[in-house]
Amino acid sequence: MSQLTKDKAGDGFWGDLANSPSTNEFLKGLWKENPVFVQVLGMCPTLAVTNTAMNGLAMGLATTFVLLMSNILVSSLRNVIPKQVRIASYILIIATFVTMTDYAIQAISVDLSKALGAFISLIVVNCLILGRAEAFASKNTVGKSMLDALGMGFGFVIGLLSLGAVREILGNGSIFGIPVFPNSFQEWVIMILPPGGFFTLAMWLMLFNYRKQKQAAS
Amino acid sequence: MKENTQTSETSGTKMLLTMTGIGVICAMLIVLSFQGTLPRIEQLKAEALEKAIFKVVPGMVSKRTFRMESDGSLTEVSGKEKDARLVYAGYDAEGKLVGVAVEAAGMGFADVIKILYGYDPAKEAVVGFYVLESKETPGLGDKIEKDAAFLANFEALDVSLSEDKSKTKNTVVAVKQGKKQNNWEVDGITGATISSRAIGNILGTSTAEMAPVLYKNKDFFEVKKGQ
Repeated sequence: MSQLTKDKAGDGFWGDLANSPSTNEFLKGLWKENPVFVQVLGMCPTLAVTNTAMNGLAMGLATTFVLLMSNILVSSLRNVIPKQVRIASYILIIATFVTMTDYAIQAISVDLSKALGAFISLIVVNCLILGRAEAFASKNTVGKSMLDALGMGFGFVIGLLSLGAVREILGNGSIFGIPVFPNSFQEWVIMILPPGGFFTLAMWLMLFNYRKQKQAAS
Repeated sequence: MKENTQTSETSGTKMLLTMTGIGVICAMLIVLSFQGTLPRIEQLKAEALEKAIFKVVPGMVSKRTFRMESDGSLTEVSGKEKDARLVYAGYDAEGKLVGVAVEAAGMGFADVIKILYGYDPAKEAVVGFYVLESKETPGLGDKIEKDAAFLANFEALDVSLSEDKSKTKNTVVAVKQGKKQNNWEVDGITGATISSRAIGNILGTSTAEMAPVLYKNKDFFEVKKGQ
């Protein structure tokens, strides 16, 4: 998985459009290399936490914060960390920021930390974050790594939000907790259960690949 | 990590130093954020508990905190005490006891669930219920906090005592959704079977132990009204 991103991130001018390289660093995460729909990274939170739009959004933002902070630190320490212990170092750095995020969320609101529960701690094992540290931040300047983290982070937010919205609308008849269907609507409970996550992800991936194929053909 | 087994130019000392350095930095960051957020987190938790106490005992306007001693007697305490079993007595505007809030905990599906419930010695019933802490599966197990039909169980859950007032007549127990027939049964939730059953068990264990004690002390709560 990281091989794919390494190749693309390495040349920095992927697509070679009228964009400047730094805009491209940011934009690639949103669309061309979207972590959820194109790289298919970080599937655990993508499938597990997206049963409501709010959970998806909060999880996406928390992940973005951890991704940004760890990319900054990994990138600034990239000439110091010996190759042999780099993965262990990255995990240590990522775990630190996850713990800080956990405390911050607990300090912001009891309800929010109640809603996200155990999933915040699970950001540590999100391979998107380790993937970006290994494939990008460890080889690029701090500025570029920040842009990369923001782009990938927001791309992840978009992915989680699109899954969460579909699943909440169909499975709960509401969006962000606001009912959108009349009372007679029978909720598709399966959509908020684990299988619903797979179904929704498959549909989104299908849509993305269909578009890509169409573009390639024209 | 395969890289470790390969021969390399980097010395072991440097690796050790780097890891230790990063470890120290990370530890400091964690300690700083822990210390920085601790007062606020504790304040929020205390506020949430305070709010929950007033929620589980309907009609209460003031409260007094009591510590439960191991011999079953009660002592009034002022502030928050750690590692002590506390019960919170709620009074209406005239200073009459309207209920007692009790904390209880037990194993759920994912982790320990902590709950708070209100016991009314006059009605000999559980009159309110609130989940303080749970890590139950979002969308499924966490229905124990939101499901209106499930929460309706705890508006008047019968925990009346036997003739000699030494134990509860019937132990609170969770049954399948829609199978509730008696006042002491908790109507479970389909899709949150284990979590709702856990709540039934927690309440069953806790009320069996606490209801006789609280009932015995119901006059004790009334004394020393000047607060």
